[in-house]
Amino acid sequence: MTEMSAMSRKIIQNLAETLSKQVKHFNKTEAECLIRLFNGLLGEQTDRRVGLGLDRSKFRNILHNTFGMTDDMIMDRVFRAFDKDNDSYISVKEWVEGLAIFLRGTMDEKIKYCFDVYDLNGDGYISREEMFHMLKNSLIRQPTEEDPDEGIKDLVEITLKKMDYDHDSRLSCADFEKAVRDENLLLEAFGTCLPDAKSILAFEQHAFQEPQER
Amino acid sequence: MGVALTRAAQWTMGKLEVSPLNEALLNDIVNFVEQFNSRHPQEAKLVFTEPLQWTTALQASDFTSEYELSGSSVHSQDTDKDGCPLLQLIPPDISVRSFSHLCKVVQLANDSKLKEVWACLEANREPVVKMLGPNFTTAEVSDSSPEAEFKVKLLLILQQLDTQLLNSSITQLSQKVRLSPAAVKRDVELLKSVCGAGEKRLLKSVRYTSDYEFSNGCRSPPWRQAHGEIAYLIIEPCDTEPLFITCSTAGVYLNSGIKQEGEENAYERKSDVYKDLVTLLKSKSLHFTENINEQVVFLNLRREIKMNLFCFHKSPGGGTAAEEFSESSSESEEDEEQSERRGESHTDLPSEYWQIQKLVKYLKGGNQTATVIALCCMRDFNLAQETCQLAIRDVGGLEVLINLLDTDEVKCKIGSLKIMKEISRSSQIRRAIANLGGLQTMVSILDSPDKELKCLAAETIANVAKFRRARRTVRQYGGIKRLVELLDCVPDSAMLSTEQEKDVEVACCGALALWSCSKSTRNKEAIRKAGGIPLLARLLKSPQKNMLIPVVGTLQECASERSYRIAIQTEGMIEDLVKNLNCDNQELQMHCASAIFKCAEDKRTRDLVRQYEGLQPLVVLLNEADNKQLLAAVTGAIWKCSMSMENVVKFEEFKALERLVSLLTDQPEEVLVNVVGALGECAQRPANRATIRKSGGIPPLVSLLTGTNQALLVNVTRAVGACATESENMMIIDRLDGVRLLWSLLKNPNPDVQASAAWAICPCIENAKDAGEMVRSFVGGLELIVNLLKSPNKEVLASVCAAIAKIAKDEENLAVITDHGVVPMLSNLTNTVNDKLHRYLAEAVARCCMWGSNRVAFGEAGAVAPLVRYLRSKDPSVHQATAQALFQLSKDPSNCIAMHENGVVKLLLGMMGSTDEVLQEAAAGCVANIRRLALANEKAKYG
Repeated sequence: MTEMSAMSRKIIQNLAETLSKQVKHFNKTEAECLIRLFNGLLGEQTDRRVGLGLDRSKFRNILHNTFGMTDDMIMDRVFRAFDKDNDSYISVKEWVEGLAIFLRGTMDEKIKYCFDVYDLNGDGYISREEMFHMLKNSLIRQPTEEDPDEGIKDLVEITLKKMDYDHDSRLSCADFEKAVRDENLLLEAFGTCLPDAKSILAFEQHAFQEPQER
Repeated sequence: MGVALTRAAQWTMGKLEVSPLNEALLNDIVNFVEQFNSRHPQEAKLVFTEPLQWTTALQASDFTSEYELSGSSVHSQDTDKDGCPLLQLIPPDISVRSFSHLCKVVQLANDSKLKEVWACLEANREPVVKMLGPNFTTAEVSDSSPEAEFKVKLLLILQQLDTQLLNSSITQLSQKVRLSPAAVKRDVELLKSVCGAGEKRLLKSVRYTSDYEFSNGCRSPPWRQAHGEIAYLIIEPCDTEPLFITCSTAGVYLNSGIKQEGEENAYERKSDVYKDLVTLLKSKSLHFTENINEQVVFLNLRREIKMNLFCFHKSPGGGTAAEEFSESSSESEEDEEQSERRGESHTDLPSEYWQIQKLVKYLKGGNQTATVIALCCMRDFNLAQETCQLAIRDVGGLEVLINLLDTDEVKCKIGSLKIMKEISRSSQIRRAIANLGGLQTMVSILDSPDKELKCLAAETIANVAKFRRARRTVRQYGGIKRLVELLDCVPDSAMLSTEQEKDVEVACCGALALWSCSKSTRNKEAIRKAGGIPLLARLLKSPQKNMLIPVVGTLQECASERSYRIAIQTEGMIEDLVKNLNCDNQELQMHCASAIFKCAEDKRTRDLVRQYEGLQPLVVLLNEADNKQLLAAVTGAIWKCSMSMENVVKFEEFKALERLVSLLTDQPEEVLVNVVGALGECAQRPANRATIRKSGGIPPLVSLLTGTNQALLVNVTRAVGACATESENMMIIDRLDGVRLLWSLLKNPNPDVQASAAWAICPCIENAKDAGEMVRSFVGGLELIVNLLKSPNKEVLASVCAAIAKIAKDEENLAVITDHGVVPMLSNLTNTVNDKLHRYLAEAVARCCMWGSNRVAFGEAGAVAPLVRYLRSKDPSVHQATAQALFQLSKDPSNCIAMHENGVVKLLLGMMGSTDEVLQEAAAGCVANIRRLALANEKAKYG
């Protein structure tokens, strides 16, 4: 048993070494902590295909419980953004890479990440329909109004007007980047897809300080 | 006439209405036309460019023999150049081409004069244009033909009539009550209260056509508000058909049946205009009229009660008022509000208004995502524009923005503050934010870990705290302490991490907010107690201008307090202030100079400014004559610094005096006070007096003696006095009649001015030629100055005594002031306790002893004993003057006895050993007189 754990520790350390070189923002110890955390989460998973990584529902639980996200659709999109190889599982590498942006991403990285989250069909543009889809629950519906979606439609229009610099009725990544650079608040324009400062702090404390305590 | 007709007269559908106002106008016009022939015979013959044509009721038979009749038509004998008759009647049309014929037509019409003029004006909407041609007023009038001349005259006559008509119609118009939305609302409420089902009801129902009320109180659509219309009502009286009523600012009237908005033709007026709803109803509903009288008392009563209630609500809570006034602040008036500058009917709402209203709706009903989008879009409006600011407030946006600050959503808070930071530049918005409790929340945000949020909150506080109540609120909620904590950063190290840079930014915003807050005295105290001074001192070393301006701004604001002045000196801030005098930003330079101005009352500070070589940059800044604020601060600093003679020497070196003299003309008073103050200090050194003269400073100084600003007068008199110690200067002053001006300032009610003027008079008398004659030439001047000895102000007394000592050198004048009772008055003052006064009082006594029986009179008035006591003073100059006075007094034997009794001999014996020869001599002389008396006494006794 001790042999096993010693071996796995060795494996983890090697993996951490490689990952910390591939991924920005984390040093080796931090990467190691994240890998341990990943392994811990995997252990809880009852799925037999453990080898593939975290599945969607497990990941969504983390997003919800640890990072306080609520919007189902956005959480799905975040999962897709983490799951780079589209195999519906998040591997340990995808986990560390994703968290790098999630926790410590630069503005550029975050813009790219958010755009990917919002570009629902992955065609490189955020269209009117996609916006409508993402914003449809953002206003309280007035039961008195003839068309309850009217407010949302208008919201989509004013957002387009503000962010669509090349006037092609959809947001390209360049549009999005320009708008965010102009006004940082627009980074998460179509729904919260990044954790706030408080939960980042809580997560990092939890994840990176545990080993010392043990 | 044209203006009066288009503006004042009431037109509907191209017709002149039958209204009292129009009738009055027309009567005036008829009179004017009737008398035209006799008043202006030449202008009456002028042929109109185009004929006035209208449909007349006159017949051919009405015309007299002057005209040629042919059947039913008539034409005049005289024609124009082309042979057209000037009057032509082909019933029912008439055309007239000159005033002489117009006049005759009116006379012929007899009873129907009014009707004819009426028809004429209706048919010719612009009579003046037809008479004189369309471009007459604008086109070339240069041709000097007699015709053109007449045209000008006629135009002038018509314009005169026009003004006359307008004037008379204005008096009529102003008699009418102009309704306001509030008045309409009140009336409607009252009328609603008399509706109902019972027997006693006056009306069946009263209702508006629209439920929507605009923020200005109107219910009519905006494009109708432009016509002054306020609201539309449908009133069902008990006895007639429903009445459709328009309420407009001009009054109320029936319309063509507005049931809902949008029926264009329904807005037309169908009845006379009544002054209010009750009057209209009285004329339309018999039932209403009969029953109203019973209830009118009740109605009036209700109205009165309502109005009283209204007044009651408006008076502010008594508790806070007292505190409000106890707060002193250096700019107490700046923001204490002008009431709202908006007309009561806000007719043209811009499109921004509706867009902002929509965004506010999304703010209210949106989740975080929608809120952030709406906030970002709102920022795209021009928030510096008043319409947008007020739109946000009026649609309830401020409440939402402030509520957002209480949420946990950092992004919403940031977005909200970004907007509030901009719109709080408007004083109305500032007040609204304070009233809604926004400051409390913003103060608590200062504790947030998010630095951007802290910055924005501090910046917004900086904007809002521009008025007293807001500054107090910030303090009361612990804002000062938190703002001071924001200042804690490392400003001066060269290599800063991003986090440190952010800290610097936070500190900068904190300093901005403190700057605004520091305008209240208690906040200055609070900043000090929170430990703000060392932090400010540290930030003062920062190299960044956007940091330095608020920091130095706060410091100079606080430097009005002694504790700060000491701290600025001891914490070594003078060095930094001086250093920043050399920067390239005028605002920063101004605040630095202003801080030095306030601190340099202290000698140590003045020396520090010199040591750190701050005097030269100050002199250099005198060249910035265009920036008056900067100039005022710089001259103030120079003034205070020149109180040290070492500094004056430096100023001489930098040729400051020439610059200062050139600033004596064409400057605002706050600059002049300082410039003159500085000159007054510099002129204490003899060399500078000549410099001032040579650079032509004396005439402007003397002319400033005629001013009214008290602070300026104190400084000017001091400067003139200092200059007068040089006899060449005195000649110029005398020639400009400066002494008379100084003398007349003795009448100034301000004791500081009186004293300063009296001091200045002393050297003038000393150095003027024929001073005695000059003084006598001021009618009533001697009486005036003697009477100032009754002043309660010690400084005035001392200065006047000094002046009297100079005046008394002239025997004739001494005789006059003796007659004015100078001796008893001086004697009365001998018991006051003030060393400075003692010295000059003694001098005056010494001089006044030279006349007649004054010595005896002083003795009898009991002046001797107190004077002896003056010898015990520690001030040698008092000793000298007193010894001289005693020497003079000792020439009277009874005074010698009094002195001896008061133990003068021992004191004088000591003073005889003084190194001061004048004192020596006077003391010895006095002792000699006493001794001689004793000897004579012994001789008499023992023979």
